[in-house]
Amino acid sequence: MSTRRPVLFAAAFLVATSASLSKAETPHLGKPLDEAAIGYWDISILPDGTGLPKGSGTPAQGAPIFAEKCSACHGDNGKGGGIAAALVEEHKIVGISASQKTIKNFWPYATTIFDFIRRAMPFNAPRSLSDDEVYALTAYILAENKLIGSGDAMNAETLPKVKMPNRDNFIIRFPDRI
Amino acid sequence: MDKSADRNVRNQDLPVVAGNGLIDRRALLGRGVMLAGAMGACVASSAAGAEPLTDPPWSLEIGEATPPYQTPSKFETKVVRTLSNPNNEPRNSHARTPHHLLQGTTTPNGLHFTINHGGIPVIDPDQHRLVIHGLVKQPLEFSLETLSRYPQVSRVTFLECGGNSAPMFSPQPMQETVQALHGLVSCAEWTGVKLSTLLEETGVDPAAKWMVAEGADSPHLSRSVPVKKALDDAMIALYQNGERLMPGNGYPMRLLLPGYEGNMNVKFLRRIKLVEQPAMSMYESRTYSQILPDGKAYRFYFLQEVKSFITNPSHGMALKGPGLYEISGIAYSGTGRIEKVMVSADGGKSWAQAALQEPVLSKAFTRFRLPWRWDGGPATLQSRAWDEAGNVQPTRAEFVAVRGELTKPPPILSFPNQHYNSITSWAVGTSGEVKHVYA
Repeated sequence: MSTRRPVLFAAAFLVATSASLSKAETPHLGKPLDEAAIGYWDISILPDGTGLPKGSGTPAQGAPIFAEKCSACHGDNGKGGGIAAALVEEHKIVGISASQKTIKNFWPYATTIFDFIRRAMPFNAPRSLSDDEVYALTAYILAENKLIGSGDAMNAETLPKVKMPNRDNFIIRFPDRI
Repeated sequence: MDKSADRNVRNQDLPVVAGNGLIDRRALLGRGVMLAGAMGACVASSAAGAEPLTDPPWSLEIGEATPPYQTPSKFETKVVRTLSNPNNEPRNSHARTPHHLLQGTTTPNGLHFTINHGGIPVIDPDQHRLVIHGLVKQPLEFSLETLSRYPQVSRVTFLECGGNSAPMFSPQPMQETVQALHGLVSCAEWTGVKLSTLLEETGVDPAAKWMVAEGADSPHLSRSVPVKKALDDAMIALYQNGERLMPGNGYPMRLLLPGYEGNMNVKFLRRIKLVEQPAMSMYESRTYSQILPDGKAYRFYFLQEVKSFITNPSHGMALKGPGLYEISGIAYSGTGRIEKVMVSADGGKSWAQAALQEPVLSKAFTRFRLPWRWDGGPATLQSRAWDEAGNVQPTRAEFVAVRGELTKPPPILSFPNQHYNSITSWAVGTSGEVKHVYA
């Protein structure tokens, strides 16, 4: 944080303007690609669901995958006790400590769970899960947190619609930088 | 000049300008003869009876062979980073810069801080690719070789983890070195290609407001960055202090966003996708969102705000008796240049302006120095920085009033909150011992 006092930015504007007027010639050495060729790498998921792949999974399908591939680090049923964070916890945030953040009390979008599992998990074998398995694990974690019903399937349609409790609790720090 | 300063100036040649013996910074600049004279007066009495000089063994034999890549003297083995995960357990790995053992403004590459979330990938530079796609006219793929043919730019900039200085959220001052408290910031000269140059070639759809940057490491670490920053001063860094990037700093290429939170400067960069909305990746929507005292949380903090800290003397050191010392430290701001740094030796009651080492560069470490005559009594050293945009480093009380503090001291390696930038205080005891305090 900081306190501000007014200053003149005229000089900065002048420099920025003259820089944008002088476009240098560039080498044009980039190799053209089409989006189909990028496909396997393109794993960005946006909170409105853009980028979510085909496929589907239920909490019941996720449970055995979680037990086999996730519980060693995240604890049985995601309740913690291992080397990695608990994924299923029920408590409110009191005070400013980040150690209290959980999926249920902090994460604003359920799409982030799918995105992170698909790109980074399991820790020792990222990108080894099928999209159906990622959907199933996402559904399992959401259901264990009672954020969806135990029979709800997660897919490109349903996942972005999951209402996360803390979604509207964020303040953009410097809106003028966006 | 207050009364305590007036007391200290007696029988001294040097102009004391603030309480507890702070001396005018101009004593460092162009008044060297006077300074030397004053110091000489203090030590001249011990010249009689000194041992005659002789040649040590290394002056009488041939030295060692010259190595192809030189490393520091074997007598400097203590100048190393501290590691949070030396055995590469399946979790994050942090390495902190030993600021108290360094000088100047450039962090040597081997001592630059690093944080990696899945080990350090071993990337074959010939196979590495950077793809730019999404809301562009033409998606393009670049190799390291092709990027090396683009116009190169160099800039000196600091990089700081959003969680640097987090131990200072503790309600009591943690008895830790400047390395443990502030070691997750470093400064280097980075060379590479301006991102705007590459985006000129791909073309950018006006609907694109964000870009999602992604690494080739095992977590495929991903952060959303406003296109506004991409077109401003973002670059694809290929070199660090003149040589290729260190593996832990993103070899063979990384995103560099001067002044912005370290985690956004995606390492091992392999993909940039232009999009309409931020991805709300885990690192931005969870890890780098900061809980506030009212239960809400900041999102998209981005900026590493104006900060300074004294590196010498600092916690864990011991002054060897009263006399002349140089107070020295680092100041920086993600907003621009450092305008001035004030130093106090009496816990903020009085202040003296420090000398800034030239050149003072935007969004880069600025070294400040001030001569100080320690009279052997208790002293509390502080530094406070201002940047050219008018931002002022807050006192701890000002900071805590807005951002809060913890209810109990956190584990030293944890990140209980982020973007901490208040004044740091070091208390010098009558024994010369230096400790971290809140003042």
